[in-house]
Amino acid sequence: MRKPTAELLVLVACLFLVALSCKREERTFRVSAPEADAVYSVQLSPLHPGATQPTTQQTAQFPSPIKNPYEENAYALSEGQRLYSAYNCVGCHAHGGGGMGPPLIDDQWIYGYAPEQVYATIVQGRPNGMPSFMGRIPDYQVWQLAAYVRSMSGQASQAAAPGRDDHMKNSPPSNSTDPAKPQNSSLPKSAEMPI
Amino acid sequence: MSAPGTRALVRGLGTRPVRALGLAAGFACVLLSGGYGPHSALDPAGPQAQRIATLWWLFFWVCTVVYILVLLVLFIPTLRRRRSTTGELTAGVSPAPGPASDAPVTRPDPASERLTSTVVGTAVGITTVILFILLVADMVTGRGIHSNPDPNPLTVKLVGHQWWWEVQYPDVVPVNIVNDANEVHIPTGRPVKFELSSSDVIHSFWIPNLHGKKDMVPGHPIGTWLQADRPGMYVGQCAEFCGHQHANMRLAVIAHEPKEFAAWLQKRREPQTPPRNSEEIKGQQVFLGSTCVMCHTIQGTTAGARLGPDLTHVGSRWAIGAGAIPNGPGHVAGWVLDPQKKKPGVRMPPNPLPAQDLRALLAYLESLK
Repeated sequence: MRKPTAELLVLVACLFLVALSCKREERTFRVSAPEADAVYSVQLSPLHPGATQPTTQQTAQFPSPIKNPYEENAYALSEGQRLYSAYNCVGCHAHGGGGMGPPLIDDQWIYGYAPEQVYATIVQGRPNGMPSFMGRIPDYQVWQLAAYVRSMSGQASQAAAPGRDDHMKNSPPSNSTDPAKPQNSSLPKSAEMPI
Repeated sequence: MSAPGTRALVRGLGTRPVRALGLAAGFACVLLSGGYGPHSALDPAGPQAQRIATLWWLFFWVCTVVYILVLLVLFIPTLRRRRSTTGELTAGVSPAPGPASDAPVTRPDPASERLTSTVVGTAVGITTVILFILLVADMVTGRGIHSNPDPNPLTVKLVGHQWWWEVQYPDVVPVNIVNDANEVHIPTGRPVKFELSSSDVIHSFWIPNLHGKKDMVPGHPIGTWLQADRPGMYVGQCAEFCGHQHANMRLAVIAHEPKEFAAWLQKRREPQTPPRNSEEIKGQQVFLGSTCVMCHTIQGTTAGARLGPDLTHVGSRWAIGAGAIPNGPGHVAGWVLDPQKKKPGVRMPPNPLPAQDLRALLAYLESLK
């Protein structure tokens, strides 16, 4: 009888893959927000609702991209999806198609597409309607929301994105959306500083 | 228990069957006596639960008697003398005439055969009758507990959430609608209609002292009736597995005398008293300026979110977190700071508030009677 080396190798490889895939469904209930401090380095405007005093320091240069680990976790993405409805993001952005607010499933990002930029947009609010959720939504939930928002245009890990949405949708599910090539669009006229 | 203790117990059980019997009897006592209290179907507090309990006891006694009889009949052959196989036959069986053979051929005695047939036939007949009686009793009970005895009942809306209960007393006048959570107050001596629904997964409404179960299926509203005949608190528990904290999804039904209930409802309809001192005012500001306001409602303030339980009267609740921990300043503080400690998976996030803010918030929440 020959030694079953090949079979053993395949078995070990399979076990390794199985062990790897556990990460996708990992649920952490007591979480610490990843990179929560990063938000202050990506301020686009020194003014935001809830600020104790306006800062004059302009820090518009972006740091190295922040990785949001929630984009690789199915539970966090589905929590993001739940919170997206619960905190009434749907009220303006609908389920990604946009309404009063801009659409989130396309490749145009007025205030940036990087995870920390989406985070900052949620926390600080943006001109013409986007409220500031600073102090209202815990950091880790904002990161979950940011992960979900990015998954709508295929920016999150396809291995973790849901294959089925909680709501009716006329576009393919997140895990089979081709990642759009995101670009920073110009500020819309309506959002410019009045002269 | 220590290892020598365990060994002694095992040895004792192995060598002394009497002790094992005693232990079994002890377990039986615990099981039987554990069936009474605020969360028991065998301690009925309303007409429907009474019918269910009666049916249960009917089944219990019938099955007990049948079980003992069957065991006795099984036991009888062990007392009879063994039949010899070498031709020395005991009375009742005669040697069979016929071709010669080494093996003894026996033929049952016709009289004995007739007796056996009669006994088995009678037993089958009695079994059929008993099963039929149980069937009829079951159907009569089923019809009895589902009848609608009151054309104009008090209505309570109950919505199951992961993992808490939303309670609403509807009224044609919107200002009279009362919202509550994890606690249902009802008057005694009168049927109360429950309109059940679910917002996420299948839950099940079961107050064992008052009625049987009713599943709450999302998208499929359904009604049930309860009636409590004596005042008191009856505890229910979600009876359909619904996720991580299914075990911590409790509900209290508190039955009051009708007059007391009317007063309670009237008080709930009045607006909540505003904060009385500076501490409570600060607490309200903390509530309205932090994460609390995203999910909870306090009537009379700008907090109106419906993701979590209505906290308008949280100070008067028997427990918090849907029965997870008792109500009290210390418990609420722990809960607000880190709800995931006591109820892992609960939708409420941790809220690391500064000590001053937390103290003010606790004072405010406690004042919401």
